[in-house]
Amino acid sequence: MSAIEAFLEGTIRTATPLALAALGETVTERAGIINIGLEGAIIVGAFGAFVSTGVGGVWLGLAGAGASGALISAVFAFFVVRLRADQIISGTAISLFSLGLTATLYRQMYGATGAALSIPTMIAASVPVLSSIPLIGRALFDQPPITYLLYLLAPSIWWWMYRTHSGLALRAIGEDPRAAAAAGVGVPRTQLLAVLFGGCLGGIAGGVLVVAQSGSFAEGMSAGRGFIAIAVVVLGRWHPLGVIAAALTFAAVSALQYLFQAMGWAIPYQAFLALPYVLTLLGLTGITGRAVPPGSLGKWPTM
Amino acid sequence: MTAEGALVADALVRAVPLILTGLAVGLSFRAGVFNLGAEGQLLVGAAASAAVSIRLSTFAGFLVLPIALIAGAAAGAFWAAIAAELKRRFHVLEIISTIMLNFIAIHLVSFLVRGPLQEPTHIYPQTVTLAHPARLPLIIANTRLHAGFIIAIALAFSLAWIIRRTEVGFRIRAIGASPMAAESAAMIDVNRLSWVVFCYSGAIAGLAGAIEVNGVTFALYENISPGYGYTAIAVALIAGLNPLGIVASGIFFGVLETSASAFQRDFAIPSSIAGMIEASLILASLVFAAAQKRYTLFVRREKPA
Repeated sequence: MSAIEAFLEGTIRTATPLALAALGETVTERAGIINIGLEGAIIVGAFGAFVSTGVGGVWLGLAGAGASGALISAVFAFFVVRLRADQIISGTAISLFSLGLTATLYRQMYGATGAALSIPTMIAASVPVLSSIPLIGRALFDQPPITYLLYLLAPSIWWWMYRTHSGLALRAIGEDPRAAAAAGVGVPRTQLLAVLFGGCLGGIAGGVLVVAQSGSFAEGMSAGRGFIAIAVVVLGRWHPLGVIAAALTFAAVSALQYLFQAMGWAIPYQAFLALPYVLTLLGLTGITGRAVPPGSLGKWPTM
Repeated sequence: MTAEGALVADALVRAVPLILTGLAVGLSFRAGVFNLGAEGQLLVGAAASAAVSIRLSTFAGFLVLPIALIAGAAAGAFWAAIAAELKRRFHVLEIISTIMLNFIAIHLVSFLVRGPLQEPTHIYPQTVTLAHPARLPLIIANTRLHAGFIIAIALAFSLAWIIRRTEVGFRIRAIGASPMAAESAAMIDVNRLSWVVFCYSGAIAGLAGAIEVNGVTFALYENISPGYGYTAIAVALIAGLNPLGIVASGIFFGVLETSASAFQRDFAIPSSIAGMIEASLILASLVFAAAQKRYTLFVRREKPA
């Protein structure tokens, strides 16, 4: 594999969990709710995948990941939708709780030293014909099947959000929940579903880390991906396809290190590790135009 | 010193960074600034303090310690100023920018301890051990309890006084309670004040890092913070953002975390359970707040004068 191919392959690999989590968060934020607890959904999903893959294979693993992510997000939804508690604080608490919970369960179930246990992983399935396209073929079409599901999911969410009645209702809530409620939209119900959907995809993102990438669980393996996904949503302008583009950009910058290492440049590797975060900050300054969040994001008008 | 005494001292040592970062978080939240970057500000503060302590140790004499602590605070303030400036100029949400800066700080420290600040043999990813003039004095002999504890308490009392009794404190409370009302009624430049508060918040977190290096670890290395800056959010919230309450909750969390480590050692109960308890306490306080309905966001409504 050439350095370019390794770079492209690394880009798709890094982008897959990020894009999944960010797509889910896009739906949540379009309902006016910012879920900082996404980091928690990812780590809980990773642990859920680790446990359930051992029981019934990789697909049950991913199902378990989605269910675990949705479950922890249901707790978040209880606080922000039911109690109208502050979203940032609730989300931060959920993330801290999830990191503690998974570490505790892991040490209890698999021993304090946490000997690296491995589980079966999802093997890459190459798509006939498409995978033999020069240069990009293997990067795009010789991936674990979950990546192909992502290719279908992004346009589906776009279509649902912009071409269906319920998608319009979701966006209306994000702009102004009172107006949406006056128009007959069930605001709390939709917000609950949007949070659960976001949590489910966040959980699956965590599951991907386990079943399609590392083949094991490690404490704190979410490594800030939930927060990065939230930044990716902003970079992608709260639009499903924009979010995919943003996730790919972030992943490509992260994968640059493979390229530069191959070229033998003597730049400290930490510079490459920090680069995606630096570029995210620059991107957030609106070099590509000002980001306008959904009108009610993170705020609660009295209803 | 008895074993129990040493354990109490260890809990207080652990409480120092929690109190300081808790004060940093509490101050910013009071002003409606969501500084989630205490972790990163602590790390750059630790790095700056370590660098200054090492470079100046030969000729600055007893001055090396105060200079190192000030350098740590300045570095923390600078790190926060990046997020403050991004917010002021480009309306970048500080929730996101501060967390991004936390990651950058982690990689920066990793670079420093493997590069310019690495110990001379170039084997271990850490700095040399700090010389004695750069170390904070102990306040109880034969324990690890250092003068940083006194600095943390003094700072808490000062902040409590500033927030309660001074005009600046009133303005900070005003912009936290309602920025629009503060802007129109009290003629407060909200953007400017929140920028300043953001930087002071960073300075306190940076000082926490400096005190950790000069009082406890005596060297800079990766993982110098087990997430103090994140626990700080719980410390501040449970105290209702009240500086003196933060001292109490910081000590409480210090006890919780040191006993969790002891429990892991003695009874095989995972120490990570401390994180769950801390997060549960935040959630419990949210339920309490929702039940009370006496809170706007999370700051208790002031009684009308």
